[in-house]
Amino acid sequence: MSAAKFSNPVVRWIDHRLPVFSMLDHTANEYPTPKNLNYMWNFGSLAGLSLVIMIVTGVVLAMSYTAHVDYAFESVERIMRDVNHGWLIRYIHMNTASFFFIVVYLHIFRGLYYGSYKAPRELLWILGVVIFLLMMATAFMGYVLPWGQMSFWGATVITNLFSAIPFVGESVVTFLWGGFSVDNPTLTRFFSLHYLMPFLIAGVVVLHIVALHRFGSNNPIGIDTKGRQDTISFHPYYTIKDMVGIAMFLLLLAIAVFFFPNAMGHPDNYIPANPMQTPAHIVPEWYFLPFYAILRAVPDKLGGVLLMFGAIAILFILPWLDRSPVRSARFRPVFRIFFWLLFIDALALGYLGAMPAEGIYVTLSRVATAWYFLHFLVILPMLGVFENTKPLPKSISEPVLATTGEAA
Amino acid sequence: MRKLIFATMVSLMSAVGMPGAALAASGGDVTLLKNDWSFAGIFGHYNKASMQRGFQVYLEVCAGCHSMKYIAFRNLADLGYNEAEIKAIAAEYEVQDGPDEDGEMFMRPARPADLMPSPYRNDNEARANNNGALPPDLSLIAKARAHGPDYLYSLLVGYQDAPASMEVPDGMYYNNAYSGNMIAMPQPIYGDDVEYADGASTSVEGLSADVTHFLMWAAEPKLEVRKRIGVAAVFFLSIFLIMSYLAKRRIWADVY
Amino acid sequence: MVKSTSNSKSPSADGVQEPARRDFIVVATYAMGAVGAAAVAWPLIDQMNPAADTLALASTEVDVSKIAEGQAITVTWRGKPVFIRHRTPDEIARANAIDGAELRDPQEDEARVQRPALLVVVGVCTHLGCVPLGQKTGDVKGDYDGWFCPCHGSHYDTSGRIRKGPAPTNLEVPPYNFLSDNVIRIG
Repeated sequence: MSAAKFSNPVVRWIDHRLPVFSMLDHTANEYPTPKNLNYMWNFGSLAGLSLVIMIVTGVVLAMSYTAHVDYAFESVERIMRDVNHGWLIRYIHMNTASFFFIVVYLHIFRGLYYGSYKAPRELLWILGVVIFLLMMATAFMGYVLPWGQMSFWGATVITNLFSAIPFVGESVVTFLWGGFSVDNPTLTRFFSLHYLMPFLIAGVVVLHIVALHRFGSNNPIGIDTKGRQDTISFHPYYTIKDMVGIAMFLLLLAIAVFFFPNAMGHPDNYIPANPMQTPAHIVPEWYFLPFYAILRAVPDKLGGVLLMFGAIAILFILPWLDRSPVRSARFRPVFRIFFWLLFIDALALGYLGAMPAEGIYVTLSRVATAWYFLHFLVILPMLGVFENTKPLPKSISEPVLATTGEAA
Repeated sequence: MRKLIFATMVSLMSAVGMPGAALAASGGDVTLLKNDWSFAGIFGHYNKASMQRGFQVYLEVCAGCHSMKYIAFRNLADLGYNEAEIKAIAAEYEVQDGPDEDGEMFMRPARPADLMPSPYRNDNEARANNNGALPPDLSLIAKARAHGPDYLYSLLVGYQDAPASMEVPDGMYYNNAYSGNMIAMPQPIYGDDVEYADGASTSVEGLSADVTHFLMWAAEPKLEVRKRIGVAAVFFLSIFLIMSYLAKRRIWADVY
Repeated sequence: MVKSTSNSKSPSADGVQEPARRDFIVVATYAMGAVGAAAVAWPLIDQMNPAADTLALASTEVDVSKIAEGQAITVTWRGKPVFIRHRTPDEIARANAIDGAELRDPQEDEARVQRPALLVVVGVCTHLGCVPLGQKTGDVKGDYDGWFCPCHGSHYDTSGRIRKGPAPTNLEVPPYNFLSDNVIRIG
């Protein structure tokens, strides 16, 4: 923290009193980053970028949005038709929400593959799961705001999940609604919370980064850095590498926003909410589909709800389920197979969540749900005991031993 | 590692596509007719002549039952009408205004800033006049149905005699594009329902294509500017991607 | 991707290898990023400007035939009050009695009206935006029998011109025209 490291006297004066430049310098130059991070490590910064885009466009949209059942749909149409560039801002907000989830899912699977949740990064991982939960709540409430058919019926179905709670369920749902159905009080509180929660997420993101900087990034080999020869400064190396990821992200986002803006939405949400008529085939937004499939896989109301929340809750205890001392899947041949099976399982659940709950789909949903829990509760603990891992390299700078299997 | 990234991206992209696929499948055995819309594709743009004809079809055929309550007369400038023409179109309608000095609501000719008046005062009146079925508002119809334009076109040309095996109750009509094949809307277009000033075809297909074109504009009036900016943005970001990759290579050249 | 690096010179945290950072392609990439960010900023700012429907509503039609001589009405135009006063011959005479060129905001009365009997002004004090008194019969009309702004004491005459007080300019005359003998359109 010596202020002398800055040559500009103004910077030195400010930094002595408010060490923001020291903090930046620490992050950019002093903070040692493993030099072998691959492009899978881009998704953290991309998730941060997504959050910023969502907050900026969201604050702007709130300037023209009206949170009232009689005007919400109309005010969104006004944004699309009359507000200067309103269509662009809304389409960016809509599509970045989806891209945010794509990025975060990839970020999570990156963590699963390379064992980033293992000691000493358990709290880093848990904070990440907290962010994921907050994101889901925020996204759900945001989807209600345009007050289309899917908004209304999504809100009705999801809030009704809480009616599964024994004894007090009905009272809890009435409390959530602020009435006896999803109505104006529900919409206004969802708007309030939808505006609040991104800032909570930003707060947890700060903690997530503080925890990250305690031990630094994990890396594809999954062994600790052993000194300066293993690390490089974040800037310019990872700033430019993140830039490549950002460019790719923005390119794909632009293609979605400008050419397929409604591809990830549902046509029924362009019909104003009608409490008297449920659409023929209601599905949640795509990013909830795996959890929706788990919910429907169980024939019991309470059981389904518990299992669905359990699917996320299980991630909180993951660091203690997987006891293998080796982090990276590169040196865990059996784990690697199961990792990909889990990945396929998650995609399958997503697919099944979009299918009608009938016939073969129900059976498949049950198998996929069972596999999901089996993976975390049985397979991972067993692998920790029985798996023969490959020998680890001495350090990141001498990975010669390691590069056998992986086609890098 | 790149394989991993690639595999992940591909599978996620296909996962994202799934709900859409599911939706198409849930429509049943309906196959939609594909039209060669000028607004489709990366450089898509609206055809003003077709939209003006479609607007005429809407006014003379659809507007008796279907409102377009998010469209204002001033929006018709997109169709290529000038200010005087829009004023003239608006002036043919009466809208309620008021209250005046005496507290009374009164009717006055519509102005360009006014929204298009609805044929019914409210949904109940609309139902009462249509056998209990509510004719949906058409402002957003092209976005509120899967495969909007193709669906609307197929629906409008899809009225047929019901197959012998199917009994169609009173007040319902057979349509091969409608889910379940039974629709409460009687066939709206028979061909030659409208007289075009420009001599374009007034066949069922011609009228249906024109009104669909108009409805697509109504649902997505910013489509042209969106695609225009999109081409520039994608071009810019592609260059940016290549540049940042080269810059990354340059900076990392000394690491390994 | 990870190649053998046993003999590579690792630049690590000491930040050497400056030339690489100043390379043209690197600078150009960062510059492009900045240009892109600036381009994105514009729609986010411009959305606060009046929307298309707001601009379209920017005119108001008023039937002025029912305003009795000596009476005034207030109508709304663009969310602001507009004062329309049917002036008496005496008020018109007083407005013309002084040399407009000598006022704080020099303007002749005839430059402010289309028909001498009908004065149309935006009822917003040019000082800090309060609505002046003087529309109703019992109102304080100020020293010049026009309008008086209660916020900071600006006095306007029967032509809506500033005569006394902190306001810098005369009450604004909105653009309007006579659609017929009885109806004016403001805006």
